[in-house]
Formats: sequence, C-alpha cells, structure tokens
Amino acid sequence: MNCCNQKPVMEMPSGERLCKSHFTEYFESKVFNTIRKFDLIGKEENLGVALSGGKDSLSVLNILNKLSIQNPKIKINAIAIDEGIAGYRDKTLEKASEFCDKNSIQLHIFSYKEEFGLTLDEMLKILKVKPCTICGIFRRYLLNKKSKELKLTKLATGHNLDDECQSILMNQMRNAVEASARLSPKTGITQNESLFVQRIKPLYLCTEKEVTAYAFLNGLLDNFCECPNAPQAFRANVRDMLNELEQKNPGTKYSIVNSFLQTLPFLKEKFKGGIINICLKCSEPAANEVCNACVYLEKLKISRELFKTELV
Amino acid sequence: MNKIKVNIFVDRNNLNKTLELDKNSIVSDLLKSLNINPVTVIVSRSNELILEDEKLKNNDEIKILSVISGG
Repeated sequence: MNCCNQKPVMEMPSGERLCKSHFTEYFESKVFNTIRKFDLIGKEENLGVALSGGKDSLSVLNILNKLSIQNPKIKINAIAIDEGIAGYRDKTLEKASEFCDKNSIQLHIFSYKEEFGLTLDEMLKILKVKPCTICGIFRRYLLNKKSKELKLTKLATGHNLDDECQSILMNQMRNAVEASARLSPKTGITQNESLFVQRIKPLYLCTEKEVTAYAFLNGLLDNFCECPNAPQAFRANVRDMLNELEQKNPGTKYSIVNSFLQTLPFLKEKFKGGIINICLKCSEPAANEVCNACVYLEKLKISRELFKTELV
Repeated sequence: MNKIKVNIFVDRNNLNKTLELDKNSIVSDLLKSLNINPVTVIVSRSNELILEDEKLKNNDEIKILSVISGG
C-alpha cells in the first residue's frame, strides 16, 4: 500500500511503501523515538558526533544538527580521526569537512601521526597485527581522550541495527557473553564520568538499508569507498548470513536486537562491577595496569628499533 | 522486440555493464540475474530510488548502490 500519491522509494517490512518525504519523516521520527526511548540525550548537552564521512555518521550528524537547531541548549561538535590510511580516509574526511562547512558545524580532526607519531599505514609496516585490532584500540583511545578534552557530555556514533545485530551474534558464536553486556544503545561507564565519555547510538533501530536510503535521499551518500584493511572474515560471514536470513524472513534483524534488549538487564547485572584502572603511563582508563594503546605504542617502539623498519 | 537493454553500474565492484533482459523484467529480476541480495543494495534510476517491483525500460541507466559500509 502506498503512503500517498507520490512515487514510493522504500518498502517497509510491514509492506507499506513510502515516498521520499514520508520516508525521511519516518526515518527521522524513528531516530528521535530511539533517543527518547533509551534516554540518549538530555535537555542540555555538549554533544560530540564521531564523524568518518560515511553514510552512517553523516546521517547521525544531519539529524542531531536538526535537533540542535530546534534546541540551542544542545550543542554539536564533530570529531574525526585521521588514522592515516592512504587513498581511503583522506577521501571520506573530504566529505566530512564539506558537510561541516556547509552546515557551520565545528569539526575537530585528530590524527594518529600527530598523536602517536605514526600513521596506521606506517604502524602496519612495523607490527604484524590485524589492522582492525590496532586501529580500533587507537581510535577508541583518541575519541575518548579528545572528547574529555573538548568537555563533551556524550559522543554519538553511527552504529546501526545491522552493526549491533552482527556484534550480538559474533559474541554468541565466540562464547563472549560478557562483551555483549557492554553492547547497548548507550555504552560507557556512567559512574566514572571523569574517565569515560558516554557513547550513544541514535541509529540503533535503523537498518543499514534504511540509513543508506536516507543518506541517498538527503544528499549524504558519497561514492562507495572501502577501507583497504576492511575484510574481517568473521564479521563479513555473519553479515552475509544475516542478510540471507533477512531476505527470506523480513524482520529477523529487529527480532534479534529486540530479544537481546530484553536479556540485556540480566547480562548487565551478571557482569557488573568490573574494575577500571588508570593507565600508569598515560592516565587514561585501562583494563590492566597499562592501557592497550600504551602497550601497542611500546611494541611499535621496540619493533621499530629492533628491525629499523623503513617507513617510506 | 522481446528483449530490452539496460545499462547498469554496481558501485561495490565499480562495474559498468549493459545487460539484455526480458521485456517485462523488473528490478528484482535484474538483481537476481546479478546474484545480488536486495537487502544489501538500494537501486536508483535517473537519481531516483526505485523499488524491487519497478518495471525496467529499454536503455535505462540503473545504479546499484551497496548499503554495506566500506570501513
């Protein structure tokens, strides 16, 4: 059934077919409802948006910017991390800068090169590690540290329903239930605000297909650009399996995330009370005496001296 | 004429191709012929999104855009 006499652009799992303006309205309402349902944003915030320049983070920024225009007590800043991945991040950062300039949003860019002395490409020449492991550790470290320096009250990310669904299943398959206790629309340890800036996921209930359609219809979708380090066999397998299931049984992803949300309070209760240390080297939060970022920086330093790695 | 020619672009593979399809083909027939799961893409014609049951026309310029993040 069509929503009106305009040409439909998206079909909902219910079978309803929405035109461009009704789909945009549906999508933005869904994000605002997610924010309300999970209490993601308070009446007064200095919000950060982790911006990669991809469709997910640009869609979050676009919607939160609208919220900020309606409510000036909610301030918006964009934070981008330049890992130093030649031919990839430079392109996505260009799109991020262009959007922020056009919408008068302050964009803060922090790079691995300036913060750690090496780009990710250079780090991978020195250490034989999975690119996404080391990249994720340094990115999370910088996002948290810089969010605190900028006095952000929360940091919004572009994680969508597909991302969450994949993480839930991956944790199940790896028997890593404790990791699932840390998944949710709102993450980070609220009891220790001086150490962590809370992360929020406004696109938590939006499928990747809905986000892409919203980005396309609102001029936020750029040319497809894939990180050269992207292939993560396990996540890609889980993603493909979920997409096949979704095609055969529409609504599967919603069901997985909704049933997970019902078990989440029990998981949080079971795994509460983990001790957070303060890194002896950098004073950032750490699971052990020294944080993972400092552990890897030390490994990089040692390997570089041992093997005199040429970085050019 | 029982066949139509459709020019397609698949962004994920950076693939440009002309395909010959049956005259009454719809978008889902095109995706099936390319072995693409409709859940993983959005499809546009002349910069407008089209649905899976949209009928294709001769000389259509179709873009098949991946919804899967690249990073």
